[in-house]
Amino acid sequence: MTESVKVWSLHLGVLALVFAAQYVLPPYHATNLARIMVLAVFAMGYNIAFGYTGLLSLGHALFFAAGFYGMGLPIGLLDWAPVPALILGLIAGGVLAGLVGVLALRTAGVSFMIVTLMFAQAGYLTLLYLNTWTGGDEGFVVDRAARVIAGNDLSLDGTRFVAAFGLFAAAMVGCLWLVRSPFGRVMVAMRENEERSRMLGYDPFRIKLIALVLSGIYAGAAGAAYGLLFGYVGASFATIQYSILPMLYVLLGGAGTVLGPFLGAVLMFYLVDITSGYTDAYLFVVGAALVGLVLFAPRGILGNLRERFAPWLP
Amino acid sequence: MSFGPFLLLAVLEGTVMAAVLALTSVGLSLVFGVMRVVNVAHGEFYMLGAILAWFVTYYLPFPPALAWVAALIIAPLVVAAIAALADTFVLKRLNYAPEATIVATIGLLYMVQQAALTIYGPDARPVAAPFEWRIQLPWFGYSGYKLFVVGAAGVILAAVWLFMTRSTAGLVMRATQIDRDTAQCFGINVDRVYAGTFALGAALAAAAAVLIVPIQQAHYLMGHDPLLLSFIVVIIGGLGSIRGTLVAALVIGLSDGIISMFFSPTLAKIIATLLVALVLVFRPQGLFGARA
Amino acid sequence: MAAVIEAQGLTRHFGGLRAVDGVDFRLEQGEIHGLIGPNGAGKTTFVSLLSGRTTAQSGRILLNGEDITHLPAYTRVRRGIAYTFQITSVYPRLTVFDNIALAAQSRGAADLAPRVRAVLHRVGLDQDERTLAGALSYGHQRLLELGMGLALEPLVLILDEPTQGLAAGEIAGFSALIRSLVPKMTILLIEHNMDVVMELADRITVLAAGQVLAVGTSDEIRRNRAVQDAYLGVDHAVG
Repeated sequence: MTESVKVWSLHLGVLALVFAAQYVLPPYHATNLARIMVLAVFAMGYNIAFGYTGLLSLGHALFFAAGFYGMGLPIGLLDWAPVPALILGLIAGGVLAGLVGVLALRTAGVSFMIVTLMFAQAGYLTLLYLNTWTGGDEGFVVDRAARVIAGNDLSLDGTRFVAAFGLFAAAMVGCLWLVRSPFGRVMVAMRENEERSRMLGYDPFRIKLIALVLSGIYAGAAGAAYGLLFGYVGASFATIQYSILPMLYVLLGGAGTVLGPFLGAVLMFYLVDITSGYTDAYLFVVGAALVGLVLFAPRGILGNLRERFAPWLP
Repeated sequence: MSFGPFLLLAVLEGTVMAAVLALTSVGLSLVFGVMRVVNVAHGEFYMLGAILAWFVTYYLPFPPALAWVAALIIAPLVVAAIAALADTFVLKRLNYAPEATIVATIGLLYMVQQAALTIYGPDARPVAAPFEWRIQLPWFGYSGYKLFVVGAAGVILAAVWLFMTRSTAGLVMRATQIDRDTAQCFGINVDRVYAGTFALGAALAAAAAVLIVPIQQAHYLMGHDPLLLSFIVVIIGGLGSIRGTLVAALVIGLSDGIISMFFSPTLAKIIATLLVALVLVFRPQGLFGARA
Repeated sequence: MAAVIEAQGLTRHFGGLRAVDGVDFRLEQGEIHGLIGPNGAGKTTFVSLLSGRTTAQSGRILLNGEDITHLPAYTRVRRGIAYTFQITSVYPRLTVFDNIALAAQSRGAADLAPRVRAVLHRVGLDQDERTLAGALSYGHQRLLELGMGLALEPLVLILDEPTQGLAAGEIAGFSALIRSLVPKMTILLIEHNMDVVMELADRITVLAAGQVLAVGTSDEIRRNRAVQDAYLGVDHAVG
């Protein structure tokens, strides 16, 4: 079996299993899985920037929220149809990532983290400030009538799962293709040694900006889909929590692996879900997981697996 | 109220704010300067200080003034001990790698905050001021305690300054800041310096919180704003420069107090956060710091 | 002969230090040109100026007659100036194949695999395609570094002390490989090992204190009194 066959069969196999899960899982868990798939798309986008290109951003909530509002505002204020609204949400994520990138990529490391954090914070505050249109902290509900695409009502569990799966599958195939492409190799080169890559003829600023925009498009798509599938848009999705979440998923599943973000999202989602049954302080788990991961397993689950058993894992 | 007295009130409020902000920010700046660590959990040390102050004043059977003084001593010490533990068991083991430490301190932030929620609960609780005394100005009365806060913050900052410039421990800290490896060669125990610096930074945040808690109530989420503001101060003042930090704290504390009186506080925060981002991009040495 | 690279009055000071001070320089098409000089003579700064890693304060750099003084480093690489690092700078956590591919695809992604394998064959690393670069021996890492330079298919290859740290047997192979690159490519060779320079270089430029002390063939340089005084004698005596 060639490496390529091995890689594609693994990833398509995972997709097939996830798709089949809707016939097995009870409704509560199927809805959870739909939610996890959309969050995993967000985390895959984060992984393109952080895991592959080495851009540790603390501002991805901004691009995620751009998807929510890029989709939700045209529907709420201008009565747009859901499909163009989704596309606008996706574009909004990419455009904001581009704008932030043009400025933030003039810095690196810790400064890059703080600059992205500050831009995201400014974005969140702007959403609060413009509460006449955005609904501020309370947000707004996306009209159920606007959540029907070609007769398929996205507020129904079955349709919602299929729609979430469609996005998830497209995102994963896209990510796999990207990281195995020549451009994906250059992204990794930026992460590993920027100066050397420059002396191989690559413009670090341009490569990182493209990676960040791609990452923002993923985040925007995930945000737009989340808002449409679950019918709610709110400023809470722009808080720092939603910048930390994809980072946590990626760190747990394995930074720089295609399946890592999904694996991390599944595990973390259920960890939080289970603990929040016992205590209000469920975010303690998130904190402990972050500290534990950076201390004891900075490569995450699949990163460790790749190192020991499967060097071919993309 | 006419404009003049209104402005005077704004300036007074701004000065109180600036004094507390200076304490918190100097703590953050010290940690960054000596250890090159961006401590995202700094706001939680502040919050811990406030909550401990509530516990101390609530459970100690002292009159308010004495209880508050006890809190001012106990809370920073306990917070410093917690910080030293965090340094030893987490940051040190990450070799202070900048990006990993940020992620770790984010984790600490959640852990401390949620632990406070469990132990202290979701309510905001007041702490009695050590004394009640109002200064009657011709236009309005003003809390004497608030003015005391300004003075106390000044005294603590002066003590820190003396410690840094005159004491052997301060000298050792500054030597480590300038060149960690050389300091180690001269037999300085860098591990202890780092743990001590992290503890001192946290203690300053806690002290600031004990000063403020009779004015604001203690709450488990109260660390957010001080964190953001002290980030703004430290970055605009020039990362790691104590003098720049003080100047920036004064400017931002005053202007924030005054701007908030006239404009929406949200708008003021938007402008401030964007300003910080742009300063880092275009003038990373800060607005008041010397070029590194 | 035509000059591939021509530098006119190139200057770079660091504070009071005149690292490169008004250097005129011609690199002829197809030659192996040695660049020597005592430590601190400004060799590395000079090639950094040519490759664009450092910007010139004054003077001009021409590549095939075109002014490239203000182009960023990565554009110069694309125009055909490749630089191999003095301290081995491969990507240790990527495979040997990926290391070469990163250089090769900088020239375009078509036929990538065969082009990478051709380079691997040329530097003798055919067997190590899937090996992580960090696991290679030091000598093989130097070969990989050279391979990355070759895969860029440059007009000019700047080699910064390529034989440093290599065993005698490895140096002979390295020299043969470098000789086989001309006249298709032009080589600028910075080297401390005098035997290697004298044997390989068609012409040699001697730098001292940021200025050109002499230019000539290896024989001319050997006979040059000023060079002997300033550099060669001292260097030979010390080793």
